[in-house]
Amino acid sequence: MGEVWTLAEFRHGELSSVSYELLNRGKNLSQKLDTALASVILGYDIKKEDIDELIARGADKVYVVDDKNLENFLVESYANVLIALLDEYKPDIFIAAATTTGRTLMPYVAVRKKTGLTADCTVLDIEEGTGNLLQTRPAIGGNILATIKTPNTRPQMATVRPHSMKPAMPDKNRNGEVIYKKYDESLFKTRSKYLRFIKDESQQVTVQDAKVIVAGGKGVGKEENFAIIDELAELLGGAVGASRDVVDRGWKTYPHQIGLSGKTVSPALYIAAGISGAVQHIAGMQTSENIIAINKDSDAQIFHLANLGIVGDLNEVLPLLIERIKEYKAKEASANV
Amino acid sequence: MKIVVPIKQVPETSNVKMNPETGTMVREGVESIINPLDLYAIETAIRLKEKFGGQVIVISMGPDKALEAIKEAIAMGCDDGILLSDRKFAGSDTWATSYVIANGIKQIGDFDLVICGERATDGDTAQVGPGIASFLDLPLSTFTSEILSLNDGKIKVRRLVEGGYEEIELELPAALTVVKEISDPRLPTLRGKLKAKKMEIPVWGPQNINADEENLGLKGSPTRVVKIFTPKVTREGEKIIVKDEKTLNEAVDKIMDYLIKKEFI
Ligand SMILES: Cc1cc2nc3c(=O)[nH]c(=O)nc-3n(C[C@H](O)[C@H](O)[C@H](O)COP(=O)(O)OP(=O)(O)OC[C@H]3O[C@@H](n4cnc5c(N)ncnc54)[C@H](O)[C@@H]3O)c2cc1C
Ligand SMILES: Nc1ncnc2c1ncn2[C@@H]1O[C@H](COP(=O)(O)O)[C@@H](O)[C@H]1O
Repeated sequence: MGEVWTLAEFRHGELSSVSYELLNRGKNLSQKLDTALASVILGYDIKKEDIDELIARGADKVYVVDDKNLENFLVESYANVLIALLDEYKPDIFIAAATTTGRTLMPYVAVRKKTGLTADCTVLDIEEGTGNLLQTRPAIGGNILATIKTPNTRPQMATVRPHSMKPAMPDKNRNGEVIYKKYDESLFKTRSKYLRFIKDESQQVTVQDAKVIVAGGKGVGKEENFAIIDELAELLGGAVGASRDVVDRGWKTYPHQIGLSGKTVSPALYIAAGISGAVQHIAGMQTSENIIAINKDSDAQIFHLANLGIVGDLNEVLPLLIERIKEYKAKEASANV
Repeated sequence: MKIVVPIKQVPETSNVKMNPETGTMVREGVESIINPLDLYAIETAIRLKEKFGGQVIVISMGPDKALEAIKEAIAMGCDDGILLSDRKFAGSDTWATSYVIANGIKQIGDFDLVICGERATDGDTAQVGPGIASFLDLPLSTFTSEILSLNDGKIKVRRLVEGGYEEIELELPAALTVVKEISDPRLPTLRGKLKAKKMEIPVWGPQNINADEENLGLKGSPTRVVKIFTPKVTREGEKIIVKDEKTLNEAVDKIMDYLIKKEFI
């Protein structure tokens, strides 16, 4: 039985926490299959702490390719290296996060390996008897769930929706094997060049990475009113989301758009304010763990999804809520002194 | 410049039905449109043509009905269209779909750019664009939000990634997948519609694109659908109606209780 591999994401010199979510998923699978769980980390100047952290979070093995040529993600060189690794070690299962990197690299690799790849899975399991990977994903705007397998080719590949599972907890006492691989310069040859990263200051917390999203719709009324959405998001340490109507009006930029033609998210908490809940919006957020909706119209579709629905004016509810959260936090802070 | 734009025809509504036996979509009785996210790819291609000259060719794999999508793209300003259609293509997963489209594009030959939508709103995988690029062995920029420059056989683009944007430069020929932010799609013109109506769109099958039959349809697809089911979306939520000062306070109390209980604050 081949190993279960997860792709650790190392961007701008930092290991991203989706890497630990994948290890949590991978552990389930490797235990059921009674095989080793490994992480693959590609990048430049990878720190020993990061490798140790992967082991602490569940990796039995870590495959490391540390090369100046891998400093920034370019699909051609990353794919070449991965294919070399897959060819040599022949894992049974290979999963990556459904981030912009995972969603670019995995299909590029799966085509070359002539193997199946399932996108943006929310559930992974092992089929009794065959040991095949069962990959469940929402499709058609979340209207259906499909379970898919790759019966005849290996590795079985999947991308996994970020935040669809908690990160594995660290255990500093775990031991693991580290395998450093070096590759010939020719493998890194690309016809693409990385120029630079431009940080979007309005995306301090991005919607894909956020545990909490506070989203505003047309019901917010005007651009200036979005300040209360921004403030609430900041208080909760979350990101700001928006419906398409808001983005089309220019109140928020496209990276904030949630839905069919925007981002698909599944945060732990989604607060929807002044959003009607059109199918195209719901398609992007219905897998959120907790949903709180605030809308003037008691018949708004969004209430069908909400764990807690407030029928009321967001311009009354949110300022009061913000005030109360601040009071609560101040009290907590003074109690802790 | 020769630009190829793969477009997919998708069902109009989000309420499409699935055949639970085969795991494929029931297409009868639903209106079909160009995948909304492919409109941005079409618009991007047309703008490049307007600036640099050349030709935009749309290509689609699907049933005969997909000719409508191709004609609509031509009405928007694309020059030519090709339909990849054959019973043997049916049941393809993203691997086999990418294979067929890539082979079709090889047949067109000597192109500079392939521009795909970010993802199709039905299958929703975003895998076919990178898949085509891989089959054609092209440098690739996914989630492209802006084209910064195009000269000396190179294209400089900006892509939307977690936390910001990345700028990369690709040698041509290259492949892009684009996000909505890149452009505002134009509407078809009357003149375009007339032109599209008169045009004969070639339909290519496996023999026209040198396809290996082993790689087509269900047979060529590494993945299998095990089952399809409908998730339960409605939640047993509580609803509070704000009518006055008092109920407003109660509503906010409820939210606070919820946030505290679930440890969000
Ligand atoms: C192909 C396609 C793709 C699409 N993709 C997306 C997508 O990715 N994301 C997306 O969001 N949409 C998308 N849409 C658009 C979608 O159909 C809806 O038009 C959109 O989601 C509506 O946005 P909204 O809820 O902000 O506005 P509205 O539907 O206008 O709703 C505003 C809500 O605010 C409430 N309200 C008003 N004032 C207040 C107040 N003071 N306090 C509280 N509540 C108030 C109203 O009761 C109403 O329910 C897409 C559409 C198509 C056709
Ligand atoms: N059947 C098809 N014919 C032509 N292009 C397609 C087809 N399927 C997918 N594409 C292209 O690939 C992109 C991604 O589709 P998907 O991987 O299905 O989400 C689409 O936006 C299209 O540009």
